[in-house]
Amino acid sequence: MPVGESEVRRTVETVWRMEAGRVVAGIAGIVRDVGLAEELAQDALVAALEQWPRDGVPANPGAWLTTVGKRRAIDALRRRQTRERTLAELGRDLDEQVNPDFDAAVEDRIEDDLLRLIFVACHPVLSPIARAALTLRLIGGLTTGEIARAFLTTEPTVGQRITRAKQTLAAARVPFEVPGPADRAERLDSVLEVVYLIFNEGYAATAGDDLMRPALCQEALRLARQLQALMHGEPEVHGLAALLEIQASRTHARTAPDGEPILLNDQDRRRWDQLLIRRGLAALDRARTDHPGPYAVQAEIAACHARARTPEETDWARIAALYAELARLVPSPVVELNRAVAIAQAEGPAAGLAAARALADEPALAQYHLLPSVLGDLLAKLGRHDEARQEFERAASLVDNARVRALLLDRAADCGQKKS
Amino acid sequence: MRYMLMHKLDENQPGAFDPSPQFLERLGAFMGEAIQAGVLLSGEGLEKSSKESARITAEKGKTTIIDGPFTETKELIAGFALMEVRSKEEAVEWGKRFADLFIADGIDVEVDVRRVNEGPA
Repeated sequence: MPVGESEVRRTVETVWRMEAGRVVAGIAGIVRDVGLAEELAQDALVAALEQWPRDGVPANPGAWLTTVGKRRAIDALRRRQTRERTLAELGRDLDEQVNPDFDAAVEDRIEDDLLRLIFVACHPVLSPIARAALTLRLIGGLTTGEIARAFLTTEPTVGQRITRAKQTLAAARVPFEVPGPADRAERLDSVLEVVYLIFNEGYAATAGDDLMRPALCQEALRLARQLQALMHGEPEVHGLAALLEIQASRTHARTAPDGEPILLNDQDRRRWDQLLIRRGLAALDRARTDHPGPYAVQAEIAACHARARTPEETDWARIAALYAELARLVPSPVVELNRAVAIAQAEGPAAGLAAARALADEPALAQYHLLPSVLGDLLAKLGRHDEARQEFERAASLVDNARVRALLLDRAADCGQKKS
Repeated sequence: MRYMLMHKLDENQPGAFDPSPQFLERLGAFMGEAIQAGVLLSGEGLEKSSKESARITAEKGKTTIIDGPFTETKELIAGFALMEVRSKEEAVEWGKRFADLFIADGIDVEVDVRRVNEGPA
């Protein structure tokens, strides 16, 4: 092996990850077929792996990959052209675009193609998990192996998922386009949902998990920031970015050294990442609109916590109002329960108890341990220890996590020792 | 993972702290690319050391403050970019692209790529 070959290989892989989305998008802009574009982009990668160790890394490796990818795309079109002569003129047009001296117009086109690629990869015809895999593969440049490790599954499963997703897109004849006004909102939701799913998958990682799992938070943040640059006029894109930046700001404060989660109010706020908070608040400014979407409202809630230097400084009345707004946008008993907790903080346990009690008949919460946990906590604060004990015992009976169950039973025992 | 990219210039080089319009245009495109890639967290360019600068030194228990310019220092930090990337190689690639911006203006530049200490994970 020539000296430095493994180094060149690392460079190829690094540049590939940085450019994958743009390379695939640029090719898809020509062939209008995401599945084919990915294959051709892989050809460009293989060409780089062959040529760079031999000829050296080109001065502008990203442009090299895009140019080679586009040449392959035109070759593919020409092969088709021999069957369909009508494409002759198109081929000539395309030849001009492959000039490696990119001018601003071509750069703009790449941005447009990248946005089209994201909308197609996140098309609602695909399941959220398939969208996530395809997005990480096509836009993030991750390998199927990395995606598999991140989602705690096997490489063949991810490979199949991606293959099927591409087939589904082809069968549904999903055009390589940014959606028009008619379905723009729904399609944008579908994109944002994928980014949020990827983030939450990373956020749910626990100590001992493969490092690819927490890295998903970074992948999601990167995607959200990319979307901000590509769609600066969409408030909800900034809302999602704001939410992710602020949630990510707590990364170093949210787990104890033994891996146990630390609740928001117990976190050492000095460990919150102020740079990410500032970025989140800046994104939130850009998310402001007369009709904020659910991500912007959740980001506003996160921002209330981020702005409070101590838990006591938290503006709970505002948080309660924001949860009410969120519940209007996306009705959910879990959101209502969060609102009840905020009301208890803002107005006292009696008001919180009334709000939480109103949820007692919610079927969705019947098996949800947090409802009796919250009820128990509020009842205990009101000195109604016997009722509190019953709620904590009920909560303990609904929870699988042994540690959480032990904590709840401790609180039940505490209440049992006190007189109501 | 976070990296700080710091570039250093010799103040005596013509144009070093006095960028040409063409340079600023290339710089703008580069920044746009880095923002669009979702990797640029923060970045600033610095004035030359003759402009409102000072150096504080704590040595042998004694703190001294001198005002700029720092004529004895050949390579001065001229700016920084804080980046969130997947690997050191990616940070180096961004650093290389940044250094390339100076070539057309014939300015020598040194870019240091340093890992940010992010504490225990």
